[in-house]
Amino acid sequence: MKKTRIAGAALALACLCAVPGPVRAQVQSKSVAVTAIVEHPALDAVRDGVRDELAEQGWKAGETLRFDYQSAQGNPGTAVQIARQFVGQAPDVIVPISTPSAQAVVSAARDIPVVFTAVTDPLGAQLVRDLEKPGRNVTGLSDLSPVADHLALIREIMPHAKRLGFPYNPGEPNSATLLDLVKKLAPDHGFSIVEAPATRSADVQGAARGLVGRVDAVYVPTDNTIVSALEALLIVGAQNKLPVFAADTDSVQRGAVATVGFNYYQVGRQTGQIVARVLKGENPGDIPVRSAEGTDLYVNPKAAAAMGITIPDGVVARAGKVVGR
Amino acid sequence: MSTVALLGAAELGLVFALVALGVFLSFRVLDFPDLTVDGSFPLGAAVTATLIVAGWNPWLATGTAMAAGALAGIVTATLNVRFRILHLLASILTMIALFSVNLRIMGRPNVAIIAQDTVLTPFYGLGLSDAVLRPLFVLVLVAAVVALLARFLSSEFGLAMRATGVNARMARAQGVPTDLHIYAGMALSNALVALAGALFAQTNGFADVTSGIGTIVIGLAAVIVGETVVRSRVILWALVGCVVGSILYRIAIQVALNADFIGLQASDLNLVTALLVAGALILPRLRNPLRAGRQGAQG
Repeated sequence: MKKTRIAGAALALACLCAVPGPVRAQVQSKSVAVTAIVEHPALDAVRDGVRDELAEQGWKAGETLRFDYQSAQGNPGTAVQIARQFVGQAPDVIVPISTPSAQAVVSAARDIPVVFTAVTDPLGAQLVRDLEKPGRNVTGLSDLSPVADHLALIREIMPHAKRLGFPYNPGEPNSATLLDLVKKLAPDHGFSIVEAPATRSADVQGAARGLVGRVDAVYVPTDNTIVSALEALLIVGAQNKLPVFAADTDSVQRGAVATVGFNYYQVGRQTGQIVARVLKGENPGDIPVRSAEGTDLYVNPKAAAAMGITIPDGVVARAGKVVGR
Repeated sequence: MSTVALLGAAELGLVFALVALGVFLSFRVLDFPDLTVDGSFPLGAAVTATLIVAGWNPWLATGTAMAAGALAGIVTATLNVRFRILHLLASILTMIALFSVNLRIMGRPNVAIIAQDTVLTPFYGLGLSDAVLRPLFVLVLVAAVVALLARFLSSEFGLAMRATGVNARMARAQGVPTDLHIYAGMALSNALVALAGALFAQTNGFADVTSGIGTIVIGLAAVIVGETVVRSRVILWALVGCVVGSILYRIAIQVALNADFIGLQASDLNLVTALLVAGALILPRLRNPLRAGRQGAQG
């Protein structure tokens, strides 16, 4: 009985000792630690955008920059632990991607500069008190979608559409903000909104099927759950001639009809610009919180045809990118 | 591994030790596999954060969160005892219902309390750094809970509850009102889990509706790792084992987070954590194959 206890304790001790300190302490002049709540194409693109922008500004990951990345694999408890780990490492800047990761980092880091990104509502999440003068050690980039532009684009492509399906995860703060916004703006564009909640990616296909026959088109917001399972939605769209529009350009490349807006790689690049300013010595509290910019028009005529509509020539002509050409 | 990270792991381990104690009550004492905890953990966080934002005293908000957790446990117990729904299914029903309930309570998926006063606020002025203060604070609370729980489980009522879990039919024959004990045990268990949620929200500045995912797995892992490390039939040590197990589980995650030097990447986190915990469970058996074999034969 005693031996097993010793063995257990020994293992615990071994866990503690087996971890060497930072092995790569070479000539890296700066360090940036990035964390996201979960891994999916859009959030990964943000991370890559940050890394590439910093490389362009002279801090190349692995050479003059120590670039750490951790994913909480969907668990806010782990997100909190990652935040503590980063605070312990004391990097020059911590970059949390998404709302829960940002809250975990901001509440753990009192002195280390924080540049959050891919947060829709930084005020509501209490990351900063003032967007213009954030104060303290925190600033960042908001990824609030240009919802009005999206609705106008759908109206232009489908002049007779009336009802729009809005699949979203009621558990995601970003989507709650977007739902409020789209409900407010839809009447201005002559749409009514039909909600289709899906709390897990496995529910997305069911939510999409539930919209068939009830709506004229589907508008996919920047919702982690829905975007993770976008293909499930696209299949339903193609089988039932139900056009699926997106809010981010990556989703159009995956097979949605069209969108106007930023892609998450650009969100990452714009975040990287803020990170670079902090690395150069600016105080994060003095840098205003920015909104992601970009008015790229992405169209996917092949997907549109599969879903039973044609994108007007005028729209295709002014598109920044025509997917599949 | 830095001191701050280690203290952070200890702090989270201590917060989740309350989950482990709750799971110990339902799973080990009452023999009731209870998935309600995946809902009652965020329930505790949701109630606390919402009430704090509404201007309540944080301690009062925490107490109310525990009451809400107890209520969730009673719902599961009612489905099982009164309506004879299989315990696993009864708890799953409560769990999925709580997701909607939590959204209703908060009115949105995430409520921030970074800028609000919490139960910890009065202690921030004492000169200790946050990284030390928070685990210390949770440690005191957890120690109090362990002491109270040990006393409770040694009382006449507590002993009857343990008898209910070991052999309900025999307990009933001895005049123990087993239904009452299942209600009470499930209420207490989920109140503890909700307390963990309330502390999680206050030490980290937010309540998120998704924060319940995998709570039962963490709780079970802590209980079982604790049983492996602290082997004792004395109830106090069994409870201490839950706390130790919970901290060791967090340290395993911490090790996994630092595992990039052997070519592992961020996406391997859950796998590495699972392997470390499995290792902790298997290792004691490998050391003494003879006795492990005999134990197996007995079981």
